[in-house]
Amino acid sequence: MNLPLQPILASLRHHRLTTALLMLQVALTCAIVCNVAFMIVTRWGEVRIDSGIDETSLSMLESQGVKADATPWIHHAEDLTALRGIPGVTAAVAVDTLPLGGSESSTGACASSEAMEAAIKANSIDGQSACAEFATLAGSPGELAALGLKLIAGRDFLPDDYKTGDISAAIISRELAERLYPGAQALGKSLYNGSDTPVRIVGIVDTLLRPYLRDAGINQFTMLWPQLPNDNSVTYLLRSAPRDSERVLKAAVAVLNKVNPQRIIPAKRVRTYTQMRDSYFQRDTTMIGLLLASALGLFFVTALGIAGLANFWVQQRTRQIGIRRAIGATRGDILRYFQTENFLIVSGGTVLGMLLASALNLLLMTHYELPRLPLYYLPIGALILWGLGQLAVLGPALRAAAVPPVVATRSV
Amino acid sequence: MFGYYLDLALRSLKRNKVLTALMVLAIGLGIGASMTMITVLHVMTADPLPDKSVRLFYPQIDPQDMEGYTPGREPMDQFSWIDAMNLLHARKGSHQVATTGGRVTVRPPQGKSRAFFADARYTSSDFFSMFDVPFLYGSGWTADDDDRQARVAVISRTLADKLYGADHAVGQALRLGKDVFRVIGVVDHWDPVPHFYDLTQGSYHKTEDVFLPLETAIALGQGTSGNMNCWGHGGFPDPRNMKNANCVWMQFWVQLDTPTQVQAYREFLVHYSEQQKTLGRFQRPPNTRLHDLMGWLDYNHVVPGSVQLQALLALGFMLVCLVNTVALLLVKFLRRSSELGVRRAMGASKQSIFAQLLTEASLIGIAGGIAGLLLAFGGLWIVRHQPVEYAPYAHLDMAMLGATLVLALCATVLAAMFPAWRACRVQPARVLKIQ
Repeated sequence: MNLPLQPILASLRHHRLTTALLMLQVALTCAIVCNVAFMIVTRWGEVRIDSGIDETSLSMLESQGVKADATPWIHHAEDLTALRGIPGVTAAVAVDTLPLGGSESSTGACASSEAMEAAIKANSIDGQSACAEFATLAGSPGELAALGLKLIAGRDFLPDDYKTGDISAAIISRELAERLYPGAQALGKSLYNGSDTPVRIVGIVDTLLRPYLRDAGINQFTMLWPQLPNDNSVTYLLRSAPRDSERVLKAAVAVLNKVNPQRIIPAKRVRTYTQMRDSYFQRDTTMIGLLLASALGLFFVTALGIAGLANFWVQQRTRQIGIRRAIGATRGDILRYFQTENFLIVSGGTVLGMLLASALNLLLMTHYELPRLPLYYLPIGALILWGLGQLAVLGPALRAAAVPPVVATRSV
Repeated sequence: MFGYYLDLALRSLKRNKVLTALMVLAIGLGIGASMTMITVLHVMTADPLPDKSVRLFYPQIDPQDMEGYTPGREPMDQFSWIDAMNLLHARKGSHQVATTGGRVTVRPPQGKSRAFFADARYTSSDFFSMFDVPFLYGSGWTADDDDRQARVAVISRTLADKLYGADHAVGQALRLGKDVFRVIGVVDHWDPVPHFYDLTQGSYHKTEDVFLPLETAIALGQGTSGNMNCWGHGGFPDPRNMKNANCVWMQFWVQLDTPTQVQAYREFLVHYSEQQKTLGRFQRPPNTRLHDLMGWLDYNHVVPGSVQLQALLALGFMLVCLVNTVALLLVKFLRRSSELGVRRAMGASKQSIFAQLLTEASLIGIAGGIAGLLLAFGGLWIVRHQPVEYAPYAHLDMAMLGATLVLALCATVLAAMFPAWRACRVQPARVLKIQ
């Protein structure tokens, strides 16, 4: 292709102010969009996090007794029997909380009693390598199966394990096992939590997410507790085919009110697991939508700017284009001229934009605890802007290419 | 003269409709996005009690034991029962109030709907006068009611409507769980934004529906809610014995009307901490704070980082839109060099050319502002339908509406300055010769 750059550069120098403004616009767009894209990807990763449980088959409702109750568990057990009688319900258990359920009880424990003593002395388990802070999830017998958790070692709780007081058996997540016993078999080991009796690890599940997310490294630090929910307020977890869940929930409310009308079942807390998960991440999905809209808006405005300017230049240069066509330039030459011109402007803009993107990221990192922008976002952003520029300039460039040579002979 | 400029501007804008539309759209998008976010920010940083906020103060003291003590750390941001009561009964301010959040089970009068939960506030008597709470009927209780543990309640207009009809509420019996209270007041719509007097419930929490005397509610064991921080090795306390627990779970506000009073109160807090240390209740050296209302909101970062980030993003968007406008105006004005050259040759001064071009830009700015306003209305409508706690408050008031138009106009005129200046530097002789 014989496309000398000189005339293009000369023309850009002639319009250097406009060119500089357009480059600035491309640069700002590049800087903002790279950072926005990174935020979107980061948040999307959080929203998609694996809970480890069979989400689509699960639904739940909360119940709270109106009157004080001396023996809540006995009443929960009655409720569960009634719930299991609903056609379509394959499992029903009482739990205190669920992965992404929001409210969390957490505790600290260590792999050895020495480590626990060291932690007590230091008044903190932070910094003790053999200790960890994790969330505990309590539930009635059958919770493991109802949640659809994958047991990778050991066994489920036996009826004898369930107590309302001090617990002696626990099932922990694989991630917690690897944290507490790196490189060793955690099954059968004991956990020391400062109470008199250590807790024996009887099983390990593949992944089980916390009720309330924290930092990336510790979101899967969880323990299942064979503790019978013995509180006035309880969550009933129901397992059914996904298509039955709405019907099952309706039936469950009716059944529970029949067993004992002296209770409150908040309507907002009668929902499928998917609904609960969506509401947990509501803020993040809203933010993703907003970020996406602003990125698209920026692209749109930039494309408008490029197309508007190119349009103007084509109109302005109609006569020159005619002359070039008259002295032998092909339509392709004219088309390529405008495309190359655009490529040069956008390139200049993206080079500046990549620098701005890194600077903006540094600024955001200091104020909003965002992670560092991975470098590969920069060339991707540049590629998209090149594509966008070419797309925006195509219309005006085609119009320019369609200018007939005869224009050269007319006066403007 | 202005009429003539207007006419020229309209002609010029009509000549290239697509470009005009592009510019209006770009400004509209920028203004719309910025105003949506600025409005949200404006609502969230609003002063909940503009007439009084400078006289309301939130003290902090440090009642913890020496475990994990680091000098210079901020003290706890709530109060234990004992400290709240000590400060309350010391009566060092013009008014003071000790309060905590709660959740009650409302059992509607016979024959009505099922029982339901309502948010409650357990508070000492000054709450209503100190925070200018508007009453529709009746009034709040007295300090005497507090001390006698009177079974009285103040309820919101919404709850009164739901249970009895607001007109008949005063004097009715209100059944909360196992206890019965007498309704003595109905609060008219009152929804301070943010929910400044108790930020532990969420900064944009709705105002509670039930208000009970603090002593009464705690004595009856009505459920408390909100944040609780404990220290020592006791673990979480028995809910029936909250009064002696080593936990902070109460809020305390004091009204101080003069700078002298404020200074005296600061000294009082230090003095109180020292006295408690002598008594053996406190172990740490006095570590006290006294924030005024807006300072307290700032200290608690009530504006979420995500909202600030969104506002920043919107401003970045606006910047790109403005650069876009500058570039488009520049080509538009320079394109008209010949026309402007003729006007210059016929005697128009540089100033009048400049004024003419700015008139044209102002028209674009106004059109962009109107487009932006429509977009902002749309944007705020979307914000209001988001399940975030500040959503219901995202409204454009008259001040913000005016600000939008002024912002659009100023931004566009500012953006037009440079292109117009370039364009009026045109040399009449040169452009006329080319033509």
